Amino acid sequence: MPLDELINNALAQIEQATDLSTLDSVRVEFLGKKGQLTAQLKSLGGLPVEEKKSAGQKINEGKRTVQQALEGKLLTLEAAAIDERLKNEAIDVTLPGRGQIEGGLHPVTRTIRRITSIFSQLGFSVAEGPEVENEYYNFEALNIPEHHPARAMHDTFYFDDGRLLRTHTSSVQIRFMENNKPPVRIISPGRVYRCDSDMTHTPMFHQVEGLLVDTDIAFSDLMGHLEMFLKLFFDQNDVEIRFRPSYFPFTEPSTEVDIRMADGPNAGKWLEVLGAGMVHPEVFKSVGVSTEEFTGYAFGMGVERLAMLRYGVSDLRSFFENDLRFLRQFNEAI
Amino acid sequence: MKFSELWLREWVNVDISSEELLEQLTLLGLEVDDYTSAGGDFEGVVIGEITEAVQHPDADRLRVCKVDDGTGELHSVVCGAPNARAGIKIPFARVGAVLPGGFKIKKAKLRGVESFGMLCSAKELDLSEDADGLHELPSDAPPGTALADYLNLDDHIIDIDLTPNRGDCLNIRGIAREISTRNSTAMIEPMVAGAKVAHQDTFPVEIGSDSCCARFCGRVIRGIDASATTPLWMVEKLRRCGVRSISPSVDVTNYVMLEMGQPMHAFDLDKLSGGIKVRLAEQGEKIKLLDGREVELDTDTTVIADHTRAVAIAGIMGGDETGVSSETTDIMLEAALFMPLGIAGKPRRYNAYTDSAQRFERGIDSELQPFGMERATKLLVDIVGGQVGPIFETRNDAHQRSFETVSLSRSRLDRFLGVEVPDDKVADIFDRLGIKANKTDDGWEGVSPSWRWDIAIEEDLIEEVARLHGYNKIPRTNPAWVPSVTGSSEAELPANTLSQLLIDRGYQEAVCYSFVDGRQSEFAPGVEALALANPISVELGEMRHTLWLGLCDVMQSNINRQQSDIKLFECGLKFVPQGDDLKQYKVISGLVTGNRSAEHWGGPAVAVDFYDVKSDVEALLGAASGVEFVIEPGEHPALHPGISASIKTGGEIVGWIGSLHPKLQKTLDLSQVPILFEIEMAALEQVRVPVYTEISKFPSVRRDLAVTLDKDIPFSEIQDCVDRHASEVVKEVRLLDVYTGKGITVGLRSVALGLILQDFSSTLGDNEIETAMSRILDGLTKDLGATLRT
Repeated sequence: MPLDELINNALAQIEQATDLSTLDSVRVEFLGKKGQLTAQLKSLGGLPVEEKKSAGQKINEGKRTVQQALEGKLLTLEAAAIDERLKNEAIDVTLPGRGQIEGGLHPVTRTIRRITSIFSQLGFSVAEGPEVENEYYNFEALNIPEHHPARAMHDTFYFDDGRLLRTHTSSVQIRFMENNKPPVRIISPGRVYRCDSDMTHTPMFHQVEGLLVDTDIAFSDLMGHLEMFLKLFFDQNDVEIRFRPSYFPFTEPSTEVDIRMADGPNAGKWLEVLGAGMVHPEVFKSVGVSTEEFTGYAFGMGVERLAMLRYGVSDLRSFFENDLRFLRQFNEAI
Repeated sequence: MKFSELWLREWVNVDISSEELLEQLTLLGLEVDDYTSAGGDFEGVVIGEITEAVQHPDADRLRVCKVDDGTGELHSVVCGAPNARAGIKIPFARVGAVLPGGFKIKKAKLRGVESFGMLCSAKELDLSEDADGLHELPSDAPPGTALADYLNLDDHIIDIDLTPNRGDCLNIRGIAREISTRNSTAMIEPMVAGAKVAHQDTFPVEIGSDSCCARFCGRVIRGIDASATTPLWMVEKLRRCGVRSISPSVDVTNYVMLEMGQPMHAFDLDKLSGGIKVRLAEQGEKIKLLDGREVELDTDTTVIADHTRAVAIAGIMGGDETGVSSETTDIMLEAALFMPLGIAGKPRRYNAYTDSAQRFERGIDSELQPFGMERATKLLVDIVGGQVGPIFETRNDAHQRSFETVSLSRSRLDRFLGVEVPDDKVADIFDRLGIKANKTDDGWEGVSPSWRWDIAIEEDLIEEVARLHGYNKIPRTNPAWVPSVTGSSEAELPANTLSQLLIDRGYQEAVCYSFVDGRQSEFAPGVEALALANPISVELGEMRHTLWLGLCDVMQSNINRQQSDIKLFECGLKFVPQGDDLKQYKVISGLVTGNRSAEHWGGPAVAVDFYDVKSDVEALLGAASGVEFVIEPGEHPALHPGISASIKTGGEIVGWIGSLHPKLQKTLDLSQVPILFEIEMAALEQVRVPVYTEISKFPSVRRDLAVTLDKDIPFSEIQDCVDRHASEVVKEVRLLDVYTGKGITVGLRSVALGLILQDFSSTLGDNEIETAMSRILDGLTKDLGATLRT
C-alpha cells in the first residue's frame, strides 16, 4: 500500500476510535513492532542508498503525523473517560447524611456548667460533699441549733438513725473549711432535698453554693461579684439587680438578690434569684477560722430557678420527667 | 403578716406614696408579698335596712324582703340568706350596681316574684371569705350611705413575708418603727394611761420554774356587759389583718396582739378554780382546745392550768371550757411572756399554728406585758364597761433576759460593708430602732431593745446599719486577689470528659430522683436500701443503690410517648448501706435500647446490641487510660447471665455491662430490652500521661492466621494466649473474623487473626516471620487445642 494511503488510513482509524483500547490497537497496527509503518521502514533495506534517505524521511514524517494524532486522540478520550466516570459517580448530595441519635446535657447540668465557668474566671474551684449528711454539717455548724425556727422551714428528710438528706449545699462550706485554710474560693454544685412536693416544689433540686474567705472581704465585694455573675449568666448587661435584707442563720448581714430584666417574658418584674450574706462568726468559729483575721461571703442559688428564668421553662417538674422531647431542646453546644 | 395601710399610717405619718411605702418595706427586709384593696371592687352598694322579710310563696329557702335604702322608697328583694330578717342593716346592691368580678345587678324574677337588687354577704363584696349569710352591719349604720364610705374602704391590705428573726415586725408598732427609722420620721404611739382601779381583786398565780413562762400579768375585770358588740372600726381593722371578729373580749386581745405584738387571752373567771399554775404538762394530760379538738400533751409542753386542769397550751391556744362566752360577767385577762425555745416546734406538733404561737415562737417584746394589759383594758372597758382590778404580776427567775452590751468598731463596720456610713446616720438608726447606743473611742456600744431577739453580736449591729442605710446604696466592688494557679495534673481526667464522650456518642443525660421505690431490690437482692423516715410517698421511699431503675423508668415513659430509640446516661451518687455505715459514691450509668442510629434511607435499621454498648464503655474506660481495665464474663442479678460482664481493675469489680435480665423486664413491665452499664467514677480518674517511643523506620508485614478451637473458649483467653507466645516483633493482633457454621465442626469455632510484625533494627526476613508465626500457632495448639484452618 502506498505510504500516503497507509497514513490516511491510520489517521482515519484514529479519528474513528471511540475508546482507549481501540485506540491502542490502532497504535499497535501501525506503529507497533510488527506494525505497518514499522514494516515500511524495515523494507527500506532493499532500496538504493540515494532513495533510502528520502523515503526514510517520508516514512518518519508519516510516523510522526500518526504519533501526534494518536496522542491528541488519547487526551480527548481520557478526558471523555473522566467525564463519563464523574457522571456515573454523581450522587444526590441533598439526601440526609448518615446520622446518629443526637445527645446532650441535661439542662440542670448545662446550667451548673455555665455557673461554674463564670465563677472559675474569678478563681473559684469546685468542691463537693455527701448528700446523706448529719445534723452537725447541715445545721449545727451552720449556726442552726436544734429548735431553731429555720429548721422547721427546711422540711428535712430524715433517716431512722438521725442522719438526713442535706437541705442545702451550705454543708460543703463546713466540710471544706475544716480541711482547707483560707483564702477559700469555692463553689459547690449539687443535689439538695426538701420534703415538699407541689406545682412549684420538687423533693429534690439543685443548688450552687459559693464561698469566698479572705483577709478583707466586704459586703460590697459580694454585691460586686454577684452583679457580675448575674449579668453574665443572663447575657444582659442592662439587667437590674437589687439586694434585699433577709435572714439566714449562717450569714450576717444576709441578703436576697432580685433581678429585673429589660426584655423577655419576665420584663419589668423583680424576680428573686438567690440568697447570700457575710459568713456568720459562729460558722467561722465552728471551723476554727479567725474572725479577726478573715471575713468572707457565701451565697446559694437554685439551679432550676435560674434555668427556668434563662430558658423560659415554666414547670419545675419537667426537669425530672426526663422526656426526651424536653431534654433535646437543650442540646446546643455550650 | 397582713395589715391595713391606713392603720400603719396612723402610727407613722410619712409623706410617701403607697408604691414607695411598699418598696421601702421590701428593701428593709419586710418583703411585700401582696397588696390588695381593703374592699372589693364594687359600685352602687349602699347600706340598706330590711324592714320586712316574708316567706317566698313558691320557694322554701327564699324570702321576700322590703329594703329601705334611705331614698324613702322600699325595694322588694328576693333573698336566700338564712339570716335575712327584719331590722338588720346589710349591704344593698341596687339595680345597676356592679359587684366584684364585673357582675352587674339587674331587675330579676325569682320563682315568679320580682326582685330589685341584691343583699350581699361579705364574700360577695370581697370583704372576707365569709359566705355564711348577709354581712350584718351595726344597727346605727345609716341607710343610703355608700358602703365604701361607711367602711372607709379607701385602704389597702399589705401582706408581708417575715423572716424568722423578725418577730418584732409581727405587729403595727414594729413595722411603724422600721418605716419611721427609714424616713427619720417620728412614730406616733397611742397614749396609754393606767386604768382607774375600782377594786383590789386579784387571782393567785404560780409559775413553775421549769415551764417556759418568764412573766405572767393578770387583771380581773368584773361586771362586763356580755351583750355589747365590737365597734365597726375595730372589726374592720381586724378584718384587714385577716382576723375575724368574734366577741369584744376576743377582739380586743387580738387587736392588742396586732397592734403591739402582745398575744393575750381572756378567761371566764368563774370557770377557773383555785388559782393559775403555769407548769409543764403531766404525763398523759389532755386538753380540749378552743377549736374543739382534744389533744394529749407531751411533758415538755407548758400549760396554763387552774387547780384542777390545764386550761390553755401556753402561748399557743386556749382551752374550750374556760373561754369567754355570752354569759360571762367576770373575766381575767392574761398577758404573759413565754420563751421562744419552749414554744418552738410545738405548733407543728399540735397542729396549732395560731397567731399567738407564731409570735411567741419568734420572741415578743419581753417588757411589753403591763403596757399591753393597760392598752387592752382601755379598749375593752370602752366597749363592755366593768370594774377594773389592779394588774398582778408573777415572774420566773429562770427565764429573765439579760441584755449584753455589744460593741461595734468603726473600722470593722467600714471593712465589713465596704462603705462608710456617717456617724450621725449610724446614731440616728440606733436611736430610732431603740438600740441604746453610746459612742466610744472607736465606735459604739449598743444594747438590744426588749423587742429584738436577734441583736447579740457586732455583725448584728452591722446588719442594722446596712439595712437602714440601704443595701443598694452600698457600692459594688471586686476584691483584689492573688491568683493562685491550681490547674489539675495532666494525669487527672478532666471533669467533663466522660459525659462529653457519651454525648458525642448520642447519649442524652437524664437526672432522676435519688429516691426510688422498693422495686430496686430486684436489681440487688440482699442489699438493704436506706429508707427515709418521712418520705413524700412510697414511690420515693428509699435511697437508690442503683441508677438503673430510674433509667429503666425513664426509658419506658419515653417509649410510652413514641420515643423508642433511646440512649441515656446519668451521673450521680448511689447509696449502699454497709452495716451501720453508708457508702455513697458516684457512678456513671447508661441505658441503651432501640436502634443503633436514627432511621436512614441508606440501609435498614439495626437494633443495638451488647457490642455497641461495649464500645461506648470501652471509650469511657479508654479515656481513663491511666488505669487498666478488664471486661470479663460475670453474673449480676439484674443482667442476663449470658449477656453480662463485669468491669474490673486490680481484681476489684468497678462496673457492669449487660442486657437487662428478662425476668426484670417482665417485673418492670418494660416493652423493650435495655442494655445497661454502670462504672464507679472513682475508677475513672486517671489518665496516662503520653510518653513518646521511637517509631521503627523499617517496613511492617502482615500475616493472617485462622484456627478452629472449642467455641466456649472466650476470646480473651485466645488473646492472652497469643500475647504470651508473641515475640517482640509482633506489634499488633487484630481480630478479623469469628465464625461458626458450615464447614466448621459442631462445638468448634473459627477465629481469624491478623498479625502485624515489625522490627526496630532491620527489615524482617521470611525466616524471622515464620518463626514468630509458628510460635503463636504452636502456643494456641498446645494451650487451647487449636488447629490451623487451611
